[in-house]
Amino acid sequence: MSGIIGKKLGMSNIFGQDGEIIPVTIIQAGPCNVVNIRTKEKDGYEALQLSFGERKEKHTSKPFAGQFKNSGLKPAKFLKEFRNFNLDDYKIGDTIGAEFFVVGEKIKVRGRNKGKGFQGVMKRHNFGGVGGTTHGQSDRLRAPGSIGASSYPSRVFKGQRMAGRMGYENVTIAGLKVVKVIPEQNLIFVKGAVPGAVNTILELIKK
Amino acid sequence: MIDINKIVPEQMKTDLPKFNSGDHIRVQVRVIEGDKERLQSFEGDVISIRGSGLNKTFTVRKMSSGVGVERIFPFNSPKIAKVEVLKEGDVRRAKLFYLRNLSGKAARIKNKKV
Repeated sequence: MSGIIGKKLGMSNIFGQDGEIIPVTIIQAGPCNVVNIRTKEKDGYEALQLSFGERKEKHTSKPFAGQFKNSGLKPAKFLKEFRNFNLDDYKIGDTIGAEFFVVGEKIKVRGRNKGKGFQGVMKRHNFGGVGGTTHGQSDRLRAPGSIGASSYPSRVFKGQRMAGRMGYENVTIAGLKVVKVIPEQNLIFVKGAVPGAVNTILELIKK
Repeated sequence: MIDINKIVPEQMKTDLPKFNSGDHIRVQVRVIEGDKERLQSFEGDVISIRGSGLNKTFTVRKMSSGVGVERIFPFNSPKIAKVEVLKEGDVRRAKLFYLRNLSGKAARIKNKKV
């Protein structure tokens, strides 16, 4: 589960070795600084706290700035902890960038997907709709259908899937292949799509 | 938004000649059969050029035993070995989809006067 923080920059396509077209998402992977190291003795678990991005001083609260006090780093925009690092290899102040990934490996990408607003059951839960406009029926094409029976249980079960707010949730996409790594610009290309709009902050997780 | 053409310039092709819609061209495509590689040519009229950068494609239309055949090539594909411009056409629009509804003498494209 070791990983770093990245930002979605957009999608495009590149040509593979045999001339085939590979759809890719371009992700800015790092640079992330090691801000704190969580150890078993002190914190009860092992992890690296990584920072990403820039934050202006006037937007930095004192408690947030306190996180950076030990490291001597400038307060960054985002902080996230990642476990399963080999802690001996890292010290506070180290920088991890796109070179963390190797071409060909499969990674997980986690982020918030796009918010869809209030949506009906067909889009939100893949219902089929009631369907049919005969026998005097109308306005039922995208309806949820029955939500329960009358005499038993004469109530609606908890968790019954209905219309409501959709999207803006944490989504993890596993098994995305790293197609290209450009360490100088801290860019990685992964095959396929990742959650969220352009500029979404992502967790790029190694297996 | 980032410009992918600046990130991976080595993927862009620069050796193709300039051609426009209406030109008659021959495209040499690399075909791999077993472990051998040979060139296959596709000759016809360019009826559309769309996109930009790595996404740019062009469509070539030819008549093959009475049936219209169209093939879309990515501009920067490494599979394209060579493009030869055989005739320059004189046309008034960029997309020549109207040719699909024409046949015989009406489907000809005027040669460009030099």
